[in-house]
Amino acid sequence: MGKVLKYSFYDLIRSRWSYIYFFFYLALGFVLLFLNNDLSKAVITLMNIIIVLVPLIGTIFGTMYYYNSKEFTELLLAQPIKRSHIFLGQYFGVAGSLSLSLALGLGIPFAAYGLLKSNAIFDFALLLVVGIFLTLIFTALAFNIAIHNENKIKGFGYAVLLWLFMAVIYDGIFLLSLIIFEEYPLDTFSMIATALNPIDLSRTLILLKLDISALLGYTGAVFKKFFGTQIGFWASMLVLVLWNAIPIFLLKYKSSRKDF
Amino acid sequence: MERNTFFPVVLLFLIFGNAIAGIVEVCPSCTINSIKKGVAVAKEYDTVLVKKGTYYEYNIYVDKPLTLKGHNYPIIDGQKKGEIIKITSDHVTIDGLFIINVGVSYTTDFAAIRVTKSENFTIQNVVLEKLFFGIYLEKSSHGKVYHNKIIGEAKDEYNSGNGIQLWYSHYVDVSHNHVQGTRDGIYLEFSDNITITKNTSTKNLRYGLHFMFSDNDVYTQNTFEENGAGVAVMFSRNIDMINNTFKKNWGTSAYGLLLKEINDAEIQNNTFSENTVAISIEGSNRITYQDNDFIKNGWAIRVIGACYTNLFTGNNFMHNSFDVSYNSKLNDNEFRSNYWSNYTGYDLDKDGIGDVPYRPVKLFSYIANKTPETIILLRSLFMDIIDFSEKVSPVFTPDNLKDAQPLMKKRL
Amino acid sequence: MINISDLHKKFGKNEVLKGIDLNIEHGKIYAILGPNGSGKTTLIKSVLGMVIPDKGSIEVLGEPIKKGWKYRKQIDYLPQIANFPGNLKVNELIDMIKDLRNDKGNADTLIELFKLQPYCNKKLSNLSGGTKQKVNLVLAFMFNSQLLILDEPNTGLDPNALIQLKELIKKEKENGKTLLITSHVMQFVEEVADEVIYLLEGKIYFKGTLKALMAKTQQTNVEHAIAALTKTEGYG
Repeated sequence: MGKVLKYSFYDLIRSRWSYIYFFFYLALGFVLLFLNNDLSKAVITLMNIIIVLVPLIGTIFGTMYYYNSKEFTELLLAQPIKRSHIFLGQYFGVAGSLSLSLALGLGIPFAAYGLLKSNAIFDFALLLVVGIFLTLIFTALAFNIAIHNENKIKGFGYAVLLWLFMAVIYDGIFLLSLIIFEEYPLDTFSMIATALNPIDLSRTLILLKLDISALLGYTGAVFKKFFGTQIGFWASMLVLVLWNAIPIFLLKYKSSRKDF
Repeated sequence: MERNTFFPVVLLFLIFGNAIAGIVEVCPSCTINSIKKGVAVAKEYDTVLVKKGTYYEYNIYVDKPLTLKGHNYPIIDGQKKGEIIKITSDHVTIDGLFIINVGVSYTTDFAAIRVTKSENFTIQNVVLEKLFFGIYLEKSSHGKVYHNKIIGEAKDEYNSGNGIQLWYSHYVDVSHNHVQGTRDGIYLEFSDNITITKNTSTKNLRYGLHFMFSDNDVYTQNTFEENGAGVAVMFSRNIDMINNTFKKNWGTSAYGLLLKEINDAEIQNNTFSENTVAISIEGSNRITYQDNDFIKNGWAIRVIGACYTNLFTGNNFMHNSFDVSYNSKLNDNEFRSNYWSNYTGYDLDKDGIGDVPYRPVKLFSYIANKTPETIILLRSLFMDIIDFSEKVSPVFTPDNLKDAQPLMKKRL
Repeated sequence: MINISDLHKKFGKNEVLKGIDLNIEHGKIYAILGPNGSGKTTLIKSVLGMVIPDKGSIEVLGEPIKKGWKYRKQIDYLPQIANFPGNLKVNELIDMIKDLRNDKGNADTLIELFKLQPYCNKKLSNLSGGTKQKVNLVLAFMFNSQLLILDEPNTGLDPNALIQLKELIKKEKENGKTLLITSHVMQFVEEVADEVIYLLEGKIYFKGTLKALMAKTQQTNVEHAIAALTKTEGYG
């Protein structure tokens, strides 16, 4: 797997898109810092952007790479390489290069503005961890979509739809159901509904940092236990890991059974 | 004004009294081996000097003007049998005692030190632990509660008392005290013209500081941290709240400052940071909120019920989950020239004032008021979209509630 | 060398292979023929493990290939369409394949043979179809594997390169290799193949030497023989 990863990664870091992605974050970081001149405020704004944008780029880039590297895949399939290694190698290549673009693109401007000496470093580290998790998760989901759909346009359509659903529609349905069933105890429901969407889950990790004061205003006992203690952080992390592990497992499963 | 005349009077008495008065020494091995005996022996304006040691006493009545002074913090252990010291005379000073084990009762409010119908008292440098009520002033005026340390272990509201309580007491100066782990740190009921300065009130079950039916009081430079709620001001008039810090008052109904039926108050230069609600306002009118800092609170200002003619100006609203929340569509309050970190407008003419008004009330805060569980959707794209559409054409939030001159840079 | 028995494969409702039994002997050149959609490529890909059969078994060098991958070390494959990752340069691609197979190979002589030196530092996306096919050939012939599978090797080649290819195939046979070739160019098949396997609608319709094919169809050239085979089928 190492070798496939190496070549995918090598291929990607030379592609135009990685640079566009990298420079986008670089510009975003500098512009935000220039406008705010306040690290913590820039971190907050970035968090809002990242939980929406990173999944979008992960899905689009993931599907695009899968379809574009069809030839590479076919070349590899005839080589003495384990099948799952081909796909996992490519997956980690894409997710790795996207994560690298994200980390460097944001890391450079923030380091230049004195992040290392600031209190915002923990918030920023969390931001990067969340960003990387979302990249890994949505690239894995994108690979799953692509491997199930030979038709490129159909695959793209599903990928964008997935993003739209997770980023916007899901929360809309979530909100409506909270309002409709407001007479019932809802805190367990809302915890579960949050865990089922990695974007919401990442958001709560950020809420734990930024809005703990507001969250503690809510009465629910489950809520309180979740947000009032370290449990919230570690449970969210665990669920994020699951969110990552399950699509990877499915990808591995499907790749060993697919015809090319 | 009152304090200025009051101070020299007390000083005069202290100097004058000591100069002519004798000293009665109390120590465990002396002939006078109890404080009660000491007080009984002492003449008016004498000093009862209590030497280091442990005295198992309660119901010590001080019924004549004298100074009860501890040397190296003698311990008075009430063995949970009742009240420890009760003052019924004017001109009494209590200084440097360590009082523990006040009796707990559901019918009588036992206090470590009670002052009843007396004037010109001073209670200073006293340490209270394992208490029920701490320092209880009833119908006592022109006194001073200075530099005391009150450490309670309150667990439930029904069997705990307040740290410093004032009831029908006026012109009292409460300063430099540290109160923690009681029900209300400092409680005022029907007490006017009180100054509360440089106290720290923390980890109290209910309120750090609590006003009921008390007028013309001032509290400045105090710190209220991690209380059930920071400060509650209810049914009172003309309270000045200046330069205080309200911090980390977290919880379901927790706030830094609660105003309920308050008229004509000044709230200036305070810092509210990381409270669930920084200020909760109910039925309060003609209040000026000026130059305060609201940092990282859940809600900076939460308005419940009718509030009229309040002015918010020169405040910094920074990184709060919600800046302002209203539960009605009506607004008669003015927001002018505040700094809002959530402001996204521009300043083309470079005069330091944003060119587009800022609307501090988000639709989401309205939704979260109705269905609290929705708070979990904070900072989601869906909510941002909804908030944006509400911003463009307000339907649920007060149309005229806006800061027309938002500052571009925060007030330093 | 390769032993296939009762091989079935369906893509959706389309039954592509309907029970193939085939034995490929060591040291011979086999031509797999058949009309479009008859299952040639599917058969090859099944051997390579790219297509997973529904039923039946495949053994390569005496070992069942199910879920294995190491046996591919013994196979060199020339895919039908020479598509490569466009970002890579020719020599990078060759180096990569060498690295992936842990085998140095002898790319240099092949590059010389096909006169690819001027293209070595060019990106694959900038090459013409014919040049790409040459690179494809280099990749397929550069290792010393026992089995060579060539899917339409002659597409896009100029006459010169075609001659080189035939030379190469001959040389590999002399070295005792086994070759499986599909092609539409009958003249090419005639020149190189020892045996012909004719697939029709997912079944082996004919397997035997060229001579046997001629004898069976009573034709003198392969093209007509094949046409005749199909006709016989057509008339039932």
